[in-house]
Amino acid sequence: MYGLLKNKVCIITGESRGIGKETAELFASEGAMVIVNSSSAGGADEWINKSKYKDNLKAYYFDITDNSAIHENMLLIKKEFRRIDVLVNNAGIEYNELIGMVSYEHMDKMFKVNVYGTINMIQAASRIMSRNGGGSIINISSMAGIRGNKGQFVYSATKGAVIAATKSAAKELAQKNIRVNSVAPGLTQTEMMEKTDIKKLQSRIDNICMGRIAQPKDIAGACLLLASDYASYISGQIIPVDGCTIM
Amino acid sequence: MNLEKYNTCFKEIFGDDARLDEDFKFGVAQGWDSMAHMELIALLEDTFDIMFETEDILHYGSYENGKTIIKKYGVEI
Repeated sequence: MYGLLKNKVCIITGESRGIGKETAELFASEGAMVIVNSSSAGGADEWINKSKYKDNLKAYYFDITDNSAIHENMLLIKKEFRRIDVLVNNAGIEYNELIGMVSYEHMDKMFKVNVYGTINMIQAASRIMSRNGGGSIINISSMAGIRGNKGQFVYSATKGAVIAATKSAAKELAQKNIRVNSVAPGLTQTEMMEKTDIKKLQSRIDNICMGRIAQPKDIAGACLLLASDYASYISGQIIPVDGCTIM
Repeated sequence: MNLEKYNTCFKEIFGDDARLDEDFKFGVAQGWDSMAHMELIALLEDTFDIMFETEDILHYGSYENGKTIIKKYGVEI
C-alpha cells in the first residue's frame, strides 16, 4: 500500500459488513486510524480482531439517529485522537417496496438513518474538522437517488436527499477547507444479494456495460480517492460507481 | 481563569476591541453573524474540551447567556 491516508483520523459509519467494512480495511491499510462506528454493540469486534490492520481500527458503538449519543462519542473521539480528517457516512437502511405498499415504519426508519443520521454526523464532524484545518466528508448515496428506480420509491427519495445535502454542505463548508462529496454505488454485491436468485438479477446485470455487479472494494476505492489529498480540489460532486449502467 | 479563557475566545473571533458585556449579542454585536457564531462555537468547544448540543448552539445568543449554557457542560465561568 501507499500510505495515502497516513496519520489521518477517519470515521466510517455502519461498518459491520459490506462497503463499510471494506472501506475501513482499505483506509487502515493506507495508514489511517479508522474509527469504526456501528449501532449494534460488538458488531464489528470479530472482524476487527481478525483484521491484519487491527491496530489501526477502533470500534465506537453509537446510534447515528441519537444526537446525544453522537455528541458524547464525538467528544470522546476528539479527546482520544484530537482531530477528525475524514467522515464516511455509509450507514444506511434499504427496504424495497412498491408504491402503495410502503410501510410507514420502514419509511421512518430509512429517513431517520439515511438522511437524519447523515446530517447529524456532518454537523458534528464538520465542527471538529473546521478546527483542524479542514477535512473530507463522503456520503454514500445510490444511483437510485440520481436516476430513480422501480421498487425503490422511498429509498431513492432518501438517497436523493443525501445528494442534495452533499451539494449544499460542500458550498457551505468549502471556506473551511472541508470537501463534501458523494459516492453513488450502482448494483453492489451484498450479503442479502447472495441469497437472491441470480436469474432474477440477470436482467439488471445485463444493463451494466462492464458486465458485472460492483464489489464493495470498488466503492471503497472511490472513497479512498475522495478521502486522500489527491482529491484536494474535488468537492460538491456525486461520483457514480456503477460500471457504466444503463438504468 | 475560565473567564479569561472565555473572553479570549470572544476576542479572537470579534477582535480585541469587542466590548464584552450584557449587550454583546448575536445579530447586534458587530461581526456576530452566523459564520462568526459557528467559529465561536468551534473555538469554545476546542478551548474547554466540550461539545455543544445543537439546541445550545441555537440558543447561544449572547456573551452573558453563553456563560449559563457553558455551565451545563461543567465549565464554571
